[in-house]
Amino acid sequence: MSDTGIGAAVRRKEDFRFLTGQGNYTDDINRPNQTYGYIVRSPYAHATINSIDTSSVKEADGVVAVFTGEDMQVGSIPCGWGVNNKDGSPMNEPFHPALAQGKVRHVGDQVAIVIAETYAQAKDAAELLEVDYEELPASINMENAVNGGPAVHDDIPSNLCYDWELGDEAEVNAVFDNAHHITSLDIVNNRLVANPMEPRAAIGEYDTATGEYTLFTTSQNPHVIRLLMGAFVLQIPEHKLRVVAPDVGGGFGTKIYHYAEEAIVTWAAGQIKRPIKWTCERADAFVSDAHGRDNLTHCELALDADGKFIGLRVYTKANMGAYLSTFSTCVPTYLHSTLLAGVYTTPVIYSNVKAVFTNTVPVDAYRGAGRPEATYLLERLVDRAAREMGIPQDEIRRKNFIPTDAFPYQTPVALQYDSGDYFATLEGAQKMADVDGFAARKAEAASRGKLRGLGYSTYVEACGIAPSAVVGSLGARAGLFESANIRVHPTGSVTVYTGSHSHGQGHETTFAQLVSDTLGIPIENVDISHGDTNKVAFGMGTYGSRSLAVGGEAMMKALNKVVDKAKKIAAHVLEADAGDIEFADGKFAVTGTDKEMAFGDVALTAYVPHNFPHDELEPGLEEQAFYDPNNFTFPGGCHICEVEIDPETGVTEIVSMSAMDDVGRVINPMIVEGQIQGGLAQGIGQALLEGAVYDEDSGQLLNGSYMDYTMPRADDLPSFKVGTSETLCAHNSLGVKGCGEVGAIGSPPSVINAIVDALWDLGVTDISMPATPQKVWHAIQDAKMAQAAE
Amino acid sequence: MYEFNYDKANSAADAASKLAASDDGKVLAGGQTLIPTMKQRLAAPEDVIDLASAGLSGIAVDGDIVVIGAMTTHATVASSSDVQSVIPALAELAGNIGDNQVRTRGTIGGSIANNDPAADYPAACMGLGATIITTKRGLSAEEFFTGLFETALDEDEIITAVKFPKVDSANYQKFPNPASRYALAGVFVAKTGSEVRVAVTGAGNDGVFRAHKLEEALAANFSADVVDISPMPEDSMIEDLHASAAYRKNLIGVMTKRAVQAC
Repeated sequence: MSDTGIGAAVRRKEDFRFLTGQGNYTDDINRPNQTYGYIVRSPYAHATINSIDTSSVKEADGVVAVFTGEDMQVGSIPCGWGVNNKDGSPMNEPFHPALAQGKVRHVGDQVAIVIAETYAQAKDAAELLEVDYEELPASINMENAVNGGPAVHDDIPSNLCYDWELGDEAEVNAVFDNAHHITSLDIVNNRLVANPMEPRAAIGEYDTATGEYTLFTTSQNPHVIRLLMGAFVLQIPEHKLRVVAPDVGGGFGTKIYHYAEEAIVTWAAGQIKRPIKWTCERADAFVSDAHGRDNLTHCELALDADGKFIGLRVYTKANMGAYLSTFSTCVPTYLHSTLLAGVYTTPVIYSNVKAVFTNTVPVDAYRGAGRPEATYLLERLVDRAAREMGIPQDEIRRKNFIPTDAFPYQTPVALQYDSGDYFATLEGAQKMADVDGFAARKAEAASRGKLRGLGYSTYVEACGIAPSAVVGSLGARAGLFESANIRVHPTGSVTVYTGSHSHGQGHETTFAQLVSDTLGIPIENVDISHGDTNKVAFGMGTYGSRSLAVGGEAMMKALNKVVDKAKKIAAHVLEADAGDIEFADGKFAVTGTDKEMAFGDVALTAYVPHNFPHDELEPGLEEQAFYDPNNFTFPGGCHICEVEIDPETGVTEIVSMSAMDDVGRVINPMIVEGQIQGGLAQGIGQALLEGAVYDEDSGQLLNGSYMDYTMPRADDLPSFKVGTSETLCAHNSLGVKGCGEVGAIGSPPSVINAIVDALWDLGVTDISMPATPQKVWHAIQDAKMAQAAE
Repeated sequence: MYEFNYDKANSAADAASKLAASDDGKVLAGGQTLIPTMKQRLAAPEDVIDLASAGLSGIAVDGDIVVIGAMTTHATVASSSDVQSVIPALAELAGNIGDNQVRTRGTIGGSIANNDPAADYPAACMGLGATIITTKRGLSAEEFFTGLFETALDEDEIITAVKFPKVDSANYQKFPNPASRYALAGVFVAKTGSEVRVAVTGAGNDGVFRAHKLEEALAANFSADVVDISPMPEDSMIEDLHASAAYRKNLIGVMTKRAVQAC
């Protein structure tokens, strides 16, 4: 292994510019003659707009223009995934306007844009906008929304987007009818706000000379934005629309989607013929960035007398918010229900999902997307079943694990897992967590009046999203391949153009390691270019832990083409047959001779082709590849959490968090550990701290600032114990699976199971996320009162 | 932020006269509440009078009294060897306000003039029996803090210093709001001779208050065992997302016991 190749902990190339304030984020970009836009948002959850008077705004200092929904008559912001109802009929898909058309449907809905010479002028003038609202009753809570609550969309009185199912309910019910034991749980998967460090921003620009539009935006996937906005909303053809996602400061899913503000500034720039910059303030981000999770689930696990899982049935209501965000519809269905087998051999599974419209911010994928929800309900059920049947937590899992020799393993919920070893990750995590010493630690804590608990989560997830044929058959309206272009320059340095997009993941380093390793050139000679539709041929972007498993594979395909071409060039120069050229350590050699040629010399020859046989060999050394995976990848592992609870205050301290994950081959162990740590922090955030709370009457977000929304901070977290245990992905050349989401997927149930373990003897059997000090304290008091009453 | 006039005062008297001359003026101390509030357009003073050059910062020990200038930052109080040696609990309290940035800008005068019901300093003033010195007079803490974000200050009156008497022992225990890290319940316990003072912040509907029943019990027997919060009326407690009234009341008891034990 070279010190910059595959497996090396190379320090991140991009960090110097980020840490020295030299990143180039959307808000850092300023275009000539630029104006500033301020978006006026609805203060109501649900209201009719009787009229809007813009006259005072237009007279205010510095105002260039103001546009409302009446001015901006464009296409609907599209949803990227169609899901059918049980009966085969298509889902309800309401019109999603960029600027409100006569009605607002959530606090934060876009009503108008005020454009001025400065941002302060735009914001001042916006206060003069006179909107005559007639407030309407709102559906905030999902249960109310589906039980006769006010219709969010007039033409969808049921407030149901779809009523979908997977599996044969009658078959599963028959298994339950004969089960030895049934464990049931009601689960709340709390609503989260992603809160990337960089708020969203967009600059729209129109070139009157060429008729070309440019959008700079905080996106995880600029080509997808170009497609969605260009083809569906604004009808701008691709060759006249450039989308640039420069440095992006965190996404976590919430920057995947096409947002109204992108369309608004692009369209308005065409109207005023000047660039317009919009930068979201944090308070507006809370009510306009897509939220995550928000499921209510009733689930039941059937077991035989030996503790084997024989059936699972799951009934979920998933909150869509007021409109369908880009991937909202697939999250609770195809990214959730298909994972309900987990790491277990449960033979029959039924899942029903009702997607519900409410007068709240749209909900979409957030780190893990569907898979954390599936893992959470499953691991809570398994934990409870073990307690009810008196089986140790590790034993019930081992008893039900998919055997290591059973791969490829076909689950009853569509997916086929290619590889994994769940026994190894469980054992590894148990060692890291020193499970054997837990009883002594619990006793010691008890002597200090503290309650210790230990919780398990053994999980699998599907990432490397995704095989286009599979997702296409399930309703995806796009393919999920990736592209890469390898441009070898005459002096042997390399620029890679990738359709993946880095917004914190460290692609500029990991991808450069692949090139350095494959071509045998120094990592300094490799640059990774991404995020500009005018540079990169095409791309589906970064989410679903797909960058390496899909984008990296595209890169490997293109690199192999480069090596093949370079062999032909070397063969020509060395007067040998291309079949006799061997490539290793950056040198092309003729087998069995001492004739060789360095990579750099081949590159130079490619661009100085003085005696190339033109009918056989083209000049230049640049190759393009597209890669579409054959299957998802299936990282898995075991997270073990140990907590200590102060019963006087209800404070839960995570004293130890051990994560043993199988993410396939590790290219850069330092970056992988960073990704896992970040995922764990967000998973623990969901379990203990975070949760968006709406006022059920007014529909106001009650914790729409950091004064009330608890983001995880360093002092909320322990020093993580992180390890990897490798089984290789069987269907890609690198053997990689993906590491971006495992921390957030695996950890939440381990935390809650640990809390339940700590409180079980007091009579507390359940606690919902986030397990705040107040909630834990009340649960303890309620259990004490219940015991006193007995 | 709306436009406003910025002016600098070169003394407390200068600030008071500028404040009196303004229709809608605010004095700017550390700005850790005023500036964010202005940025959110929740406050829109016409004139902002900056006290940075008014000569109001500094710490002095006068016998058994620690005098802290109104413009002294939390970081300065926390790191002052005088405060640490005379009233260590006060230095410790200052060192746990907000975060590093807040402590470096925020001031004692600004904090108590704002009288946020979840701020820490009001508990120290009430618990230690401080005297708040203004451009017009001296006020006891009980006289000074009059309700949520309300004080006895006149429109043109400015805090110049706070005098804290030395006590035999004192301790402050704060249970932080998990999001904002302000106090959900903070209890300052101070003991001098047979007198015990217990001041509670973060929990009361009317802001900081003294828990007289706890004080009496502790004066008779200074032990965590006598701390009984059951007579405290729950309807006097703040109730919000982070803490029910019952939970806040419980926290007062727990924090009081811990403060007594640490005294």
